[in-house]
Amino acid sequence: MSALAAVATALQILGVLAGAPLVVGGMRQVRARLEGRAGGGIGQPWRDLRKQLRKQQITPRGTTVVFALAPAVVAGSTLLIAAIVPLIALGSPLDSAADLFGVVGLLFLGTVALTLAGLDTGTAFGGMGSSREITIAALVEPTILLAVFALSVPGRSANLAAIVSASALNPGQLVSPGSVLAFVALAIVIIAETGRLPVDNPSTHLEVTMIHEAMILEYAGPQLALVEWASGMRLTVLLALVANLFIPWGVAGAHPSLLAVLVGFVAITAKVSVLGGVLAAGEVFIAKLRLFRVPELLAGSFLLALLAVTASYFFATPTN
Amino acid sequence: MTQATYNGVLNLAAGAFLLAAVLIVWRHELRATVRLLAWQGLALAAIPLTEGVYHHDAALITVGAVVLLLRSVALPLLLTRAVGTEDHERRESTPLVNTTTSLIITAGLTVLAYAVTRPIIALDPSPATRAVPAAFAVILIAVFVMVSRRRALSQAVGFMMLDNGIAATAFLITAGVPLIVELGASLDVLFAVLVLGLLTGHMRRTFGDTDLAQLNELRG
Repeated sequence: MSALAAVATALQILGVLAGAPLVVGGMRQVRARLEGRAGGGIGQPWRDLRKQLRKQQITPRGTTVVFALAPAVVAGSTLLIAAIVPLIALGSPLDSAADLFGVVGLLFLGTVALTLAGLDTGTAFGGMGSSREITIAALVEPTILLAVFALSVPGRSANLAAIVSASALNPGQLVSPGSVLAFVALAIVIIAETGRLPVDNPSTHLEVTMIHEAMILEYAGPQLALVEWASGMRLTVLLALVANLFIPWGVAGAHPSLLAVLVGFVAITAKVSVLGGVLAAGEVFIAKLRLFRVPELLAGSFLLALLAVTASYFFATPTN
Repeated sequence: MTQATYNGVLNLAAGAFLLAAVLIVWRHELRATVRLLAWQGLALAAIPLTEGVYHHDAALITVGAVVLLLRSVALPLLLTRAVGTEDHERRESTPLVNTTTSLIITAGLTVLAYAVTRPIIALDPSPATRAVPAAFAVILIAVFVMVSRRRALSQAVGFMMLDNGIAATAFLITAGVPLIVELGASLDVLFAVLVLGLLTGHMRRTFGDTDLAQLNELRG
């Protein structure tokens, strides 16, 4: 591990911290423009965060340490993911410590922390939101694991850097059926996991439809700021991860030069901007699914992931 | 055409073929399923076309062109004309098995197809035979679609899918059937669809509906 790889990792963390509100703001702005509104500008989430962070800390009566710690757990686990995954360069110091399965585990650690916090408040909405969130999470998890399995077959490893460098060396396998199916499955799952349309509407506060917002209804001030910042960071990290898994160009190697790190930074910024813009533009055209039809979507994505595994396993390996 | 491109195109065609079958299970609008059937016909035609180009076999290319015209243009066009215009006729509204369960069953059928075709692949492991499980899975999924749908037209779509699956298996295992056999089979399917279209129209005029579950009693 070179010193510049460590610099690249630090840059990843800082970039996710500073960039997440901009990604959220950019997506809101794209959506607003397409709907014919002026929009609050790309910097609006940052201004919201600043306002929330200046407010007084309020803890609802009867809540325990679970409620108080959940925002920190979500933000911490997301930052850890940002340090592990190869966003700018491959040779992260933490790369050998966690593979794609570890990343999925960290992702669910954050989800579970928030659902426990929702239950901890003891309010009707918190419990309802938690129950919905954990239902979706239970359906999402097997799909993510299967899609990850399909992706790790060509690289012969579940290590993220190994997967990204294998697909960068052999771009032909990116258009193989296994890879395409895994991409679609992973995209659906990430939309569900980050609470975007059509699974959850991030801008609603209507009682019957909200999922993520229902869990965090009791948070206010700095803690709310942290939760919202963390959910923005999750979205950013996952978008960047998908971008690098399926469009692996521009990622610096394990022993990068300063120029390669800069190119990696610019490349990942461009990829996330494009992907976020496409996602936001797509959301304009779809409505939220009924909650009881969400399992249908997730079962479909599970099936696609299963097909991805069968395709990449059976087509790729000679049977003799 | 190099070996790697041949492998890639063949796998992509087989994957798209299977994916179209899965999406037909997923979607309930009849027009959408017919459109997906056209895409499946395109993926099916790509298999003999690829093999024909790779093995420099003109007959196989001709078969591929016939398959392309028939299964991705002519038959979907005929089926689209048979779709009713009324609102309740356009959708498979009350399926016997709900979508989530059908998708899980489809997943099971796919795994089953991979399990039972292992001996066939072991006989002659080549890129083409290794894609046989996908074609076989489509056959199983088609049978499932035929037994789990209510509308006459969805069952016709299932029948077409079954035939597509059988044709794909034949192309992949034997590197193409003789032209005259393929023409005969295609003509058979064409007439079957024509008759099914006529029957559907007749059913709608007589009963005002194409729900086959209502056909279990005699009407004067």
